[in-house]
Order: sequence, then C-alpha cells, then structure tokens
Amino acid sequence: MNETRHRVTLKVNGVVREATVPGRRLLSDCLRHDLGLTGTHVGCEHGVCGACTVLLDGEPVRSCLMFAVTADGHEITTVEGLARGDGEPSPVQRAFSECHALQCGFCTPGFLCAVTAFLRDNPAPSEEEALEAVSGNLCRCTGYQNILKAVHRAAEIQASEIQAAEIQAEEGGA
Amino acid sequence: MTTRLFGEPVQRREDARLVTGGGRYLDDLGAGALAAAFVRSPHAHARILDIDVSAALDVEGLVAIYTWEDLPGALAEPLPLLIPHPALTHGRTAYPLAKEIVRHVGEPVVMVVAPDRYLAEDACALIRVDYEILKPVVGIEEAAGGAHLVHEDVPGNVGAHLVQEVPGHGGVPAREAVDAAPHRLEFRLDIERSACTPLEGKGVYARWDADDGSLRIYSSTQTSTSVRMAIAAKLGLPLPKVEVVAPDVGGGFGVKIVHPWPEEILVPWAARLLNREVKWTEDRREHFVSSSHERGQVQRVRAGFDDDGRVLGLEVEILHDHGAYTPYGIIVPIITSTQLLGPYKVGAYRVEFSSLYTNTVQVTPYRGAGRPQGVFCMERTMDKIAAYLGKDRTEVRAANFIQPGEFPYDQGLMFQDGRPLIYDSGDYPEALRMLKELIGWDSFAEDKARAAAEGRRIGIGVGCYVEGTGVGPYEGGHVQITSDGRVHVSTGLTSQGQGHETVFAQIAATELGVPIEKVSVVTGDTRRFGYAVGTFASRAAVMSGNAIALACRKVREKALRIAAEALEADPRDLEITDGTVHVAGVPSASIPLATVAVLSNPLRYAFDEEARRATQFAGAGSDDRPPVAEGEEPGLEGRDYYSPVRSTFAAGMHAAIVETDPDTAEIRILRYAVVHDCGKLINPMIVEGQIHGGVAQGVGGALYEKMAYDEHGQLLNASFMDFLMPYATEVPHIETAHLETPSPLNPLGIKGAGEAGVIPVSAVIASAVEDAEGIAIDRMPISPSDLHHLRLER
Amino acid sequence: MKPPPFDYHGPVTLGEALDVLAEAGPDGKVLAGGQSLIPLLNMRLAAPAHIVDVNRVPGLDGIEAGQDGVRVGALARHAAVERSPEAAALPLLRQALRLVAHPVIRNRGTVVGSLVHADPSAEMPAVLALLGGSVRLAARGGEREVAAADFFTGPMESALRPGELAVSAFFPALPGRSGTAFHEVSRRHGDYAVAGVAAAVTLDEDLRVTAARVACVSVGPVPVVVDVTTACGPRPAGSAGWEAAAAAVRDRIEPEGDIHATADYRRHLTGVLAVRALRDAAAAAHGEEA
Ligand SMILES: Cc1cc2nc3c(=O)[nH]c(=O)nc-3n(C[C@H](O)[C@H](O)[C@H](O)COP(=O)(O)OP(=O)(O)OC[C@H]3O[C@@H](n4cnc5c(N)ncnc54)[C@H](O)[C@@H]3O)c2cc1C
Ligand code: FES
Ligand code: FES
Repeated sequence: MNETRHRVTLKVNGVVREATVPGRRLLSDCLRHDLGLTGTHVGCEHGVCGACTVLLDGEPVRSCLMFAVTADGHEITTVEGLARGDGEPSPVQRAFSECHALQCGFCTPGFLCAVTAFLRDNPAPSEEEALEAVSGNLCRCTGYQNILKAVHRAAEIQASEIQAAEIQAEEGGA
Repeated sequence: MTTRLFGEPVQRREDARLVTGGGRYLDDLGAGALAAAFVRSPHAHARILDIDVSAALDVEGLVAIYTWEDLPGALAEPLPLLIPHPALTHGRTAYPLAKEIVRHVGEPVVMVVAPDRYLAEDACALIRVDYEILKPVVGIEEAAGGAHLVHEDVPGNVGAHLVQEVPGHGGVPAREAVDAAPHRLEFRLDIERSACTPLEGKGVYARWDADDGSLRIYSSTQTSTSVRMAIAAKLGLPLPKVEVVAPDVGGGFGVKIVHPWPEEILVPWAARLLNREVKWTEDRREHFVSSSHERGQVQRVRAGFDDDGRVLGLEVEILHDHGAYTPYGIIVPIITSTQLLGPYKVGAYRVEFSSLYTNTVQVTPYRGAGRPQGVFCMERTMDKIAAYLGKDRTEVRAANFIQPGEFPYDQGLMFQDGRPLIYDSGDYPEALRMLKELIGWDSFAEDKARAAAEGRRIGIGVGCYVEGTGVGPYEGGHVQITSDGRVHVSTGLTSQGQGHETVFAQIAATELGVPIEKVSVVTGDTRRFGYAVGTFASRAAVMSGNAIALACRKVREKALRIAAEALEADPRDLEITDGTVHVAGVPSASIPLATVAVLSNPLRYAFDEEARRATQFAGAGSDDRPPVAEGEEPGLEGRDYYSPVRSTFAAGMHAAIVETDPDTAEIRILRYAVVHDCGKLINPMIVEGQIHGGVAQGVGGALYEKMAYDEHGQLLNASFMDFLMPYATEVPHIETAHLETPSPLNPLGIKGAGEAGVIPVSAVIASAVEDAEGIAIDRMPISPSDLHHLRLER
Repeated sequence: MKPPPFDYHGPVTLGEALDVLAEAGPDGKVLAGGQSLIPLLNMRLAAPAHIVDVNRVPGLDGIEAGQDGVRVGALARHAAVERSPEAAALPLLRQALRLVAHPVIRNRGTVVGSLVHADPSAEMPAVLALLGGSVRLAARGGEREVAAADFFTGPMESALRPGELAVSAFFPALPGRSGTAFHEVSRRHGDYAVAGVAAAVTLDEDLRVTAARVACVSVGPVPVVVDVTTACGPRPAGSAGWEAAAAAVRDRIEPEGDIHATADYRRHLTGVLAVRALRDAAAAAHGEEA
C-alpha cells in the first residue's frame, strides 16, 4: 500500500524549498515536519483555532485546511519569516511582547501572521476592525485584551517607522 | 538591594523566542521519530470481545501494534491513584490500554506505532474491535440512581462520600442552626462540565539510549519530576536512568498535572522495546474524549439567616460527577466543599458530598478546581438572601464578611492539603468598596432605569471568592553563579505560559543584586532539578518563588563571606549592586561577583583568564587551611526549599454588567470589573494577564462551554466547532484594580494568582442575568436558548 | 486527525478536470477552497478515493456583473466576492458574506463551494435561494443550469451528479426599489448561525410593499424560502405587517433542536430575525428610492 508522492516546490520565507509528499500531506505538516519550520502550530486541524495561520501569497490562510500539493509553486510566509532580514523583530512581533499579548505562546504565530497581513492592508484600524481581524483565532491564555492592545500598538510602531523612514529619505534627498 | 525588579512590570524573557517561531513545544521535537496513535473506544461502556489487527498489518512501514495483553509487569496494572483519601473508599483507575471493559468513549484500547501519524491513523482505522455493548451511566442523576453500574464492584456508583461539619456557637449542628434561624431558603444549583482545553494538547516523546540503558522523555506536562518517578516505577528502571523534560508547554490549566497518562508510560515503553524514538502528539478530538473534564456538579443548599442577612446555618449537599475514573482522587469536591465559604463567616456549616462514577471522561482539576462551583453556590445564596430580604446584594455580603482584624481566621475545616483551613490575611470590606467604586454599583439603578426607558434590559452582578493558593508540600530552587558572572536558576516545577522565566529571574536579580540579563531560568527539567511537586493550585510563584529567594539568600551570604575576605571587610558592610560586591558607601572597594565565583572554587586546572586566578599556584588562599574550608562547598551555588505550614489565601471580587436582548435572548457582557488581592505583586503585568485569561475562561464556562453528552455517552461536541471556546469577540474588556495584603506566611509576602480570574465568573454572570431578567438563574452555563425557555416558564 | 489516503489530481484545464471527474465518478470529490472538505477529511468523516483539486484550472475565478445579476466563478473566494466592485451591485452578497465564518476562512473558501456543500446553516445557499439564482454544472458531456429551488436537495446534498463540476453560480438582480438584509444569531461571532434570515423587499412608487421574501437558515433540511408579500402588503413600508410576516415564517419552518438551541427557540428566533431583516430590507429599498 505505497502512496503516490508528489514533488512540491514552495517559496517559504523567501527561500525556495522542495519536498516530496503524499497528496494528503497537510501544508501545516509539510512546513513543520518536512521543512522543519515548527513555528507554525497546530491546535485543532479543523480550521477553528487559527494557530496554523500562515500567509499564502501574502494572504492569511489556515495551513491545516490546505494540502501541500495545492500550495505548490506559491509563496508562503510563516512566523519564522516575519522578522526583518537582519533578525530585528517586526513591529507586530515587538508589539506582542511589549503588550504581554502572549502567555504560553502556542496561539501566537497564528495571530502574528493574521495581524501582519491585516495591518499591511489597514495600517490604522478602528477598535472594531482590529477585533474583527483577530476574531478567527483562539487563545486560551490571554483573554485577548492584550492582543487587541498589541494590534493597535503595532500599528503605532509601524506608523512611526514609516514616518522615520520618510524623514530620513527627505533628509537624504536634501 | 538596589536592583529593584520585584514588583515591576518587567517584559517577559520567554517572548523573544515565542514570537519568532523559536519556541520548542512537544511536537516540534523529535523530527523523524516514529508516531504513535491509538484505537479508542467508540462506546461509553462495553466489553471487549475480540481485537483483530490483521487488516492493519499491510499499512506501509507499520512498526508495532500493542494491546493490553502485550503489556508486561507493572504496565499491565491499573494506573496509579495519585491522591488517596480515606473517604475515597472505591477509587478506580484505568489500565494504560483497556483490559476487558471500556468505560468511556475515547478510552485507549490499542496502540499503533508507524513511521508517521498519517500511517498510524490508517492502521488504527483498519483494526477491528468487537464489543458487547453494556448499559452506560450518563449524568449525575442516573449515576445517583444506581440502577446501572460503571464499575461492577462499586455499589451505587459511589466512589467517595465525605461529610464535614463545623458546628456553630455552643456546638449547634448546622441542621439545627438552619431550622432555628429566623429565615430559611432551600434550592438546587447545577453546573455543567467544561474542560481546560489548552491550545496545545498533551504529547510525549521518548528516546531510549541502549548503550547507556537510559531514557529521555519529553512530555507536555505540569509535573516532570513526578512523571519521571512514575515512568521509572512502571518500567522498572533506576530513577537516575530516567530524565524527563517539560519543553515549552502550550497551556495546561490543570489537565497536564494528571500523570502518568497512559501515553506517558506506553510511549517510553515502546521506545525502549523498539529501540527507536517514538512520539505521540494528541490531536484535538483525542483531547476532548481522552483527557479530563471538570465542573459537573449538582448542589442542594439549605440556608438559615437573620434579618441582616447573616448566615446562621448552611447545609450543602453535593453530587459530584467524577467520570469513569478517579486518578486524581477527590480533590475537586473537597475544594468545592471547603472553599465554598469564601470570605464569609457562617454560623454553622455542614457539607456532604458523594462522588459518583459515570461512563464519561474522568474529572480532574481544571483551573479553579471546584471553586467555581463552590462560589456559585455561596454567591447565589447571598443573592437569594438579599432578594428575600429586599436588601442590596453587597450589603448582605458585607454583613457576612470576615473582618480585617480577625486574621488568621480558622474556618474549622480540613483543606485539600490535609491541613486546617486557616486564612492568613485579607481585607474583604476594602476589596468590596473598591469594586463598587470601579463598576459604579451605587449609581447602577439609574443606568438600569434609563436603559429600561429605551427598551433595553441590563443587569449588574457581583461575586466574591477566597482561593487557597500555594499549597505544599514543597518546591526547591537552585542558584549558581558561574565565573562569567552569570546566574543560573533552576526549579523543578514546570511552566505553561505563566512567565516563570521572567518572574523567577526578577526574584533572583532582586535578591542577588544582579542585572536581570545575567539571570537565566530553567524549569521542569529533571536533569537540572530533581525534586518538585508541580505547577497547579496557583502555587508556582509562592512555592518556587520563595524557594528561589531562599536559595539566592544562601548564595548571597556565601558571596558576601568570600568577598569580605578578599576585601578585608566585614560582610555586614557589603552590598551587591549591578553584579558587583562593594563596601557600602565605598564604591572603590569592590569585587565583581564573577571574581567571587572564581574564588569560591579552588582549581587545579585553568581554562581561561578568570579561572587562572583560582588555580593552586596563583597564590590565593592561606597555606594553613584546606582550600575548601570545613563546612563549605566549592562553587558559588545554593539550593533551598520552601515548605509552608499552610496555604496562603488570595481573594477577589468581580462585578459585571450584562445586557440581554428582549427578543433574541442573547446575553452580552457590557462591562467586567475585577478587584484582586494576591498579596505582593512580583510582576503586575503578568498578574493582570493571568486575570484576563482566567476571566475569559470563566466567560466561556458561564455562557458558552459545556460537554454535551447524549444518553449513550457520546460526546456530541468533541471539536472546537461545537465546543464553544470564546474568541476575542466574546470576551469583554476587563477592568482591574489591585489590593495588596501581604501574606505573613512567606518571605516574599506573596500569594498565588494563577487561577483567580476564572473562579467567580459563573456566579457573577448568573447574578447579573438574574438582575436584568428578574428570573432566578440556578443553572450554568446559560445560552440564549436556555434564557428563552426560562422566560417562557416565568 | 489526518486525512485518509486518496489519489490526488491537479488538472490544469477545465477539460482535464472534467475528464478526471468523469473517470472517478462517484469516488471523486472536487477540492475548491477546502474549508469544508478538508475538516471532514481530517476527521476521517469522508474518504473519497480521488480528490480533484481544481485550484489550478484557469478562468474559474471570475466575478461578472450584468444588468440581470452577478455570476460568480467556482474559484471566486468569499473574500474576493466580498471586496469585488462587481458584486457590490447586489448588496445582499456582501451582507451575507460578512457573516460567513472568519476573514481568514473567507480567504480560501469559495462561494460556489459553499453552495455545493449545501449546509442548511450556511448563508450563501440561502442567498441563492432567496434570489432564485442557479448553479451551472459542467460535465464531460456538456453543461446544465440548475435553479436554486432544485439544487438544494437535503442537508449537505445538492443536485450535483458524480462527474460534474459546478463552474459558476448566478445571483439574479432584484427589480428597482428593492432592498435586502441578512440577520442571524450565532453562538460565537463567525460560527454557523443558530438561526438566520435573509430578506428582500420591493416597494412600489408609493413606497408600498409589493414583494417581500425571506430565506431562513438552520431551520430545515435546505434553505427555507417564504413569500410573505401578502402578510406585509400592499401597505406602506412604515406600517407593513412585519409581525404577521414573522408569524407566517414561523409556521412554515421545521426547525430541529441540537446542542446549541431547541427547536422552539429556533422557531421563535427566526420570527424575530425575520422582522428585523424585513424592516431593514424595506428601509434599504426606501433608501434606494431616496
Ligand atoms: C471554522 C469554519 C467556520 C465556518 N463558518 C461558516 C459559516 O459560518 N457559514 C458558512 O456558510 N460557511 C462556513 N464555513 C465553511 C466555508 O464557508 C467553506 O468555505 C464553504 O462551505 C465551502 O467552500 P470551499 O470552497 O471551501 O469548498 P470545499 O471545502 O473545497 O468543498 C466543499 C464541498 O463542495 C464540493 N465542491 C466545492 N466546490 C465545488 C465545485 N466547484 N464543483 C463541485 N463540487 C464542489 C466539494 O467536493 C466538497 O464536497 C466555515 C468553515 C470553517 C473551517
Ligand atoms: S490547526 Fe488549523 S485552524 Fe486550528
Ligand atoms: S498564549 Fe496560550 S493560547 Fe494564546
């Protein structure tokens, strides 16, 4: 009873990676076990908890509800790829630790990915929008209050960085 | 001590790895290990007639299939009953793999080992087990009826029966006190099952080193030291040949204190037998049907009180549903029956519980551990008394409070640690005053009237509790300062997100006068610290925190002694600041702790410049004395234990304002306020976080979560789709205020904070919904559908 | 919870997809967004021998608006339809999609997949039923267009035959001076509804109700469409008989109880939501006029 295996090429966090997997291999398992990127977590494997959220071509998706073969040829960003090239944590990562938005940290990668995409599209969200953005991720530890705080804090950090970059660009231009 | 870190909202040190994907949880370890999976019983009660594995043998790469018959020696015996109690006359535990009878859906029957989890599940699906179905016992009422039995040899399904009675003045029994009281009320209160449901399930990964004859086990547990002892005993291995490490753990909330889980001994056993690495990662469905639940209780109350609402007599009869087995003894109903009294003085009290078997998942402590039920009982009683007398609900509570001058206060009962229930300290009137101010209790009547004028229904509720925290018997701490000036702290208990790495580092940094960056903390690794009890009952900060503080004090004393010699000063004149020992007021007369560490360890061999100074020809030390003085040990390290006489008692009061939709019966929490007293705060940011998380779990238990068993004992909602754990959209913003009444019982003056948030929530929400609706709320959780029917029955 | 083994097919043209489906017959399952199918596979509640992943088939993700309505292709994700300016022509699409699961699920899940999945608690089948839309089914032999009324045949059952691929769904536009609304109650935000009502109301020049219809979710084996025009009209929207309409709806539905709600509560709730949805739909129709 040997299963057919498929060759899958993914660009994960900017790096081209290959794996040979059965058709039923979940993207979450492929990332975690075939590619060794264990930062993406699995909390339910039925799409409810959001711990497995990764970015597929920039959009957040549940990696437990996708087969690795379906993702063949696509770009994936996982929590391991959120930090800047120089290893400096991203505004969202910084805000989560500043605001104590994690306790056990198991849900955190999913939140970080979802919030990263959300703030890219909506850099200055209202309370309601921020709530909607994290409303599909379960956390059993934090009670969410500090997660919501972190979304706004991340927006703030992001804005101030953009501002700083603009000023620098202006000065550079002058 | 100038490095004041104790009490500061220091940012967490574990976050750097956790926000970058660098955490190491159980399933992140052991790439390439074989995977275990289990065939679990689909029936609530059945006799195993035959197990046919032949079809599974074709599965690609199948490694092994085990049933009970394959288990040798102690493995074939029932799992340990961890906490025996004289009242638990009929304690029963499961076999690691079912022997003959299965007693709940989800009980493991066959273990499969395969190259990966996919293939292991394929094999499970192909194994045929024939069952003779037996009549299941589901629900407390049916269990109490005793018409059918869960265990043939347990009559009436009664595992335990316990009565505790605290007579009133002059020895008046509670029953008489109730009967003689000017007013009496009698009612029944129900709470349904819920569960811890940490986001990471359980998991075990074992490596056998055949050359060394030793086992290394990683387990997502709340107690690695005890898992280690259990494995050594079950597998017949010498303790030093077994190491257990709790890696990063994705939440516990009580379920991971239970041990050894069947998988926790089967996986190491298979790893040794196969001489291969084996791992089992629990999936969500397994977690629902084969770990633990809690909370299900029926409570009958009789209360007698005077015109002021003072409770003169209280009788409570509890029927506790403990599921199919009792591995954790009767801790839950004991806690309910003792902590029920909360911050109140009750004239005379009698509590009786029966712990009943049902064909459902076993019951063991879930954050709060029996307290939510007890508080529900007492606080509903207070509200009913207030309603009966037409008094303000907070006034009735105040009339019953233990007063600040009355501590230590002896409730006259035996607590869960087998010791007298004596409260150490507290200020309940002040906490209530703060809460009323925070929520705006006194002006709520106007808000309510205004809302009513707009056709809206709002209500306010309140709930108070006292929580015994930091129970013994002990924890230990080890602190070592190495010659690079780094401080290595370890303690045996484990972490599941409480921020122990940060909190313990704060304590060590404060005690030793070193920058926190120099301190590293290891928890739950038996290689580093072998003696511990575990993380439960809000005990980590109190127990290990104090043990680490004591160990630091030993090290500090030694450091000062050595430094004094080197500086030719009196140790009493020395201080440590920023990692340097110096004479108070004379900064120039100083010596870095790193150097002290070097001096503390006379060496023969040098590895670096620092070490060179401590070698035998370097000229340090005197020729007349042994290099290691009598009574001394080499190195700058210390170990100490903290073992308190009794628990500390934290307290808190919550209030909520809810709105109920007059048409849809939806219930929304508009505001939620918490006043909390856990003694001295080590890190207020972390304590707040614990409260938020606790309240969120409480909201889940009050409005969303239950375990829906049908009459066949099938759990109908064994998924996150139907077990309604709240999302951010369901949890209100939580407003908090802190009161700090230090505990006189321990050196740091702290009390536990881990469970507090969850305890009174069901009571508070019931109180608020009752206020909004004018309907008695005696069953929790409550859904819109439930509320709709209560309205119809009105 | 890992899916059972299956043969995976990743066709890159429509023709290839239809060929594979034809060969697989009843043993084949189409994989679109996977947001319903993969949970079932992970729980091993389904075990198809062949999975035909259509995600690489070009041309299926279209969203086209015409005078007569909006056509949504098989690979148009919930999120794409929600954001699409074409679909905005039919506000009910967005009103309903907001209520479908969570944003991240909507990034993958497809509208057509939702229809084929035919969950009686799902929003999109109710929308299709309310508007009297249709689903276009293609097979190796040719295409057929099945009206909503015939498409939903039971809980999780549609008229889709083995070998067929649903290539698009058509949501017809409403006449002028029409408005729509979707109200539901779910236990948690984003969950499937305990009960829900989609409503469409059309007014005449004097702002009297000339047509009023609702479609109800979670109260029958398929979305339950009730025409309540007679109960409401022909009266001005302000004084329309919404309560009478709700009573008519309560009579027509056949709710069942489950662990989240009793049948009685569902019946009651559906009436409440019908009033709210009809009132809002009428206001929207009025607004369109204004
Ligand atoms: C946590 C969670 C919450 C959810 N909540 C809601 C909710 O509140 N409301 C709601 O409506 N939905 C909800 N969903 C389901 C979601 O909307 C799905 O996206 C949708 O039901 C199915 O679309 P899909 O594209 O993912 O289909 P798939 O999962 O790929 O397929 C579903 C079924 O339809 C068949 N199928 C799909 N597309 C075609 C096609 N083009 N031709 C033939 N057959 C096809 C498949 O073979 C399968 O049988 C939820 C899902 C999750 C995971
Ligand atoms: S693991 Fe994917 S949503 Fe829970
Ligand atoms: S931090 Fe533990 S689940 Fe969110």
